[in-house]
Amino acid sequence: MELLLDGFATALTPTNLLFAVIGVLLGTAVGVLPGIGPAMTVALLLPVTYNVSPSSALIMFAGIYYGGMYGGSTTSILLNTPGESSSVVTALEGNKMAKKGRAAQALATAAIGSFIAGTIGTVLLVVLAPNIADLVVTLGAPSYFAIMVLALFAVTAVLGSSKLRGFVALFLGLAIGLVGTSTGQARMTFGEAKLADGIDIVIVAVAIFAIGEALWVAAHLRRKPLEIIPVGQPWMSRSDWRRSWMPWLRGTAYGFPFGALPAGGAEVPTFLSYITERRLSKHPEEFGHGAIEGVAGPEAANNASAAGTLVPLLAIGLPTTATAAVILVAMQNYGLQPGPQFLDANPELVWALLASLFIANTLLLLINLPLAPVWAKLLQIPRPYLYAGILFFASLGAYSVNFDAFDLALLGVLGLLGLAMRRFGLPVLPLVIGVILGPLLELQLTQALAISQGDVSTLWSEPVAVAVYIVMALLLIGTIVAGRRTGTPSSELEDEKQEVSA
Amino acid sequence: MTTDITPEARESSRGKIVDTAQYGLAAFLLVVGVLVLVDAAGLKDGFADQPVQPYTFGYVIGSVLVLLSVLLTVATYRGDVAEAEGGEDVDLTQGSDWATVAKLGAVFVVVVLTISWLGWAIVGAFLFVGTARVLGSRRLILDIAIGTALGLLTWYGFYVGLGIPIPAGVLDGVL
Repeated sequence: MELLLDGFATALTPTNLLFAVIGVLLGTAVGVLPGIGPAMTVALLLPVTYNVSPSSALIMFAGIYYGGMYGGSTTSILLNTPGESSSVVTALEGNKMAKKGRAAQALATAAIGSFIAGTIGTVLLVVLAPNIADLVVTLGAPSYFAIMVLALFAVTAVLGSSKLRGFVALFLGLAIGLVGTSTGQARMTFGEAKLADGIDIVIVAVAIFAIGEALWVAAHLRRKPLEIIPVGQPWMSRSDWRRSWMPWLRGTAYGFPFGALPAGGAEVPTFLSYITERRLSKHPEEFGHGAIEGVAGPEAANNASAAGTLVPLLAIGLPTTATAAVILVAMQNYGLQPGPQFLDANPELVWALLASLFIANTLLLLINLPLAPVWAKLLQIPRPYLYAGILFFASLGAYSVNFDAFDLALLGVLGLLGLAMRRFGLPVLPLVIGVILGPLLELQLTQALAISQGDVSTLWSEPVAVAVYIVMALLLIGTIVAGRRTGTPSSELEDEKQEVSA
Repeated sequence: MTTDITPEARESSRGKIVDTAQYGLAAFLLVVGVLVLVDAAGLKDGFADQPVQPYTFGYVIGSVLVLLSVLLTVATYRGDVAEAEGGEDVDLTQGSDWATVAKLGAVFVVVVLTISWLGWAIVGAFLFVGTARVLGSRRLILDIAIGTALGLLTWYGFYVGLGIPIPAGVLDGVL
């Protein structure tokens, strides 16, 4: 508690507060732009946080993160076009509300629900992360290895509709992760000295997220302008409040645990929250025509899951969503390595980060509720300028890593890969996680076997490792069984997704 | 890569839809897999303190990529069709416009080739103007004005605002 107060003291200096405000404004402004989800927002804005002190950078970053999340729900509600899968459910009822002239109320319940879920989620994070980190410190390399294999497996096989495509993406990512000389010999560098340090993950992330998306959109650019609904003043009636507060809390209860699990993600809890609210609502007839509960619950679940994602990220160094993967990259760029030793090694930074999550969350509410109509105007940027701008800033982001034309060439090649992935329906997340975790996996395996002097049985010598392998086996069986049965929840979710995009 | 991608899924003689372009993806996986395997085969044994040989991961990843290539070929032959990704500005009801992508690629190649010589301020402006025009903007003066402003602002933003010495290229001494 005292540590957290110290964190607030660091985060609340006027300079840092200014960075937080700038972060929230930038994050929302970029996140609101159509076609840009939270992961891409964070990836694009990474260079902005370089060269400020680590604590200021983290604080600004927390603002960008929450701003980007909120920006995503704004496009879902006003354009019926979710920027990523976790806001699909928000679009279901949110856009219907907007079409009935209740855009302002939908945005407000999303913002306040996100605030409440984010705050509760951050409290849970503050309580849990240090304890989990203490636990994780006692684990050896075999357990790490097992947990990382589980994360790779879960992200690939449990999420997403096509397992085959998930594994294709994962192994392409692992192949990219091979590049470099980390083992003492040059692997996959083709004699190119500039590849000796491996391919910078910032370039991979920006290429796959931003360039791939911009090229894919360029190939299918909508020739008609989208219809944008005016926002009006954000203001909720007493009945809106009464109908929102329970969904906010229930959504939080769904979102956080799922986010904290290595295979959780935000899709399942948002969908569970939607089903629950539809079942519990006193106005079930409104569902499908703009029920406020259907926005309040899933949005809270989405944000709580985002806070939950930070538990494995900070305590184990394990990213489980695309956004978390980019956050990990950002922290490594600040010279920080999240993981069990992270809390002990950098207590003042960690607590400043946790405090700034609270601050960013509060600022988000204070700034964005009144500014909602202004953000909605950003939706009207002419598309040629929007995508030219994305390509411009993505190139700047990649160029700023080393100021080397070679990186831009890599960006272009990987951007084409990102384009091809969208064409062939390959999920992006397994590739990015594969690039990040592949080398770590090799490192942990090396450490485990070095200690056991090459005895492979060490891999299942720790109880945690054994438990993780059992969980994996259960997941595998579950996936196969679910695949055999028709009408599983996941296929139901697919139907809903198709309705939204239709 | 782009040459492999044709949007049209062709109906085969047996009335199944076969996404022929997906064979291209399978071929790509095969090439990458074989590259990884060949690369792994060329590595020497590791040091005595390296229980995991440098080629171990390469062999595993390369083999799995080849296996996935085969599986994808079979799945494609059986009529498996990719679910192309939707999006806010994406209109999947029309065919794909690969000419636009090719033109964007051309702009990008010019950027890569000239950036060391001309510097970010000029090349960045060119990147914006070029891509905006390819994407359908028809107001050249406005495009150039916005592009120049963005190029200069980001250059000064990095150089002065963030203190990062971004190379000025040919404008060294002018900016």
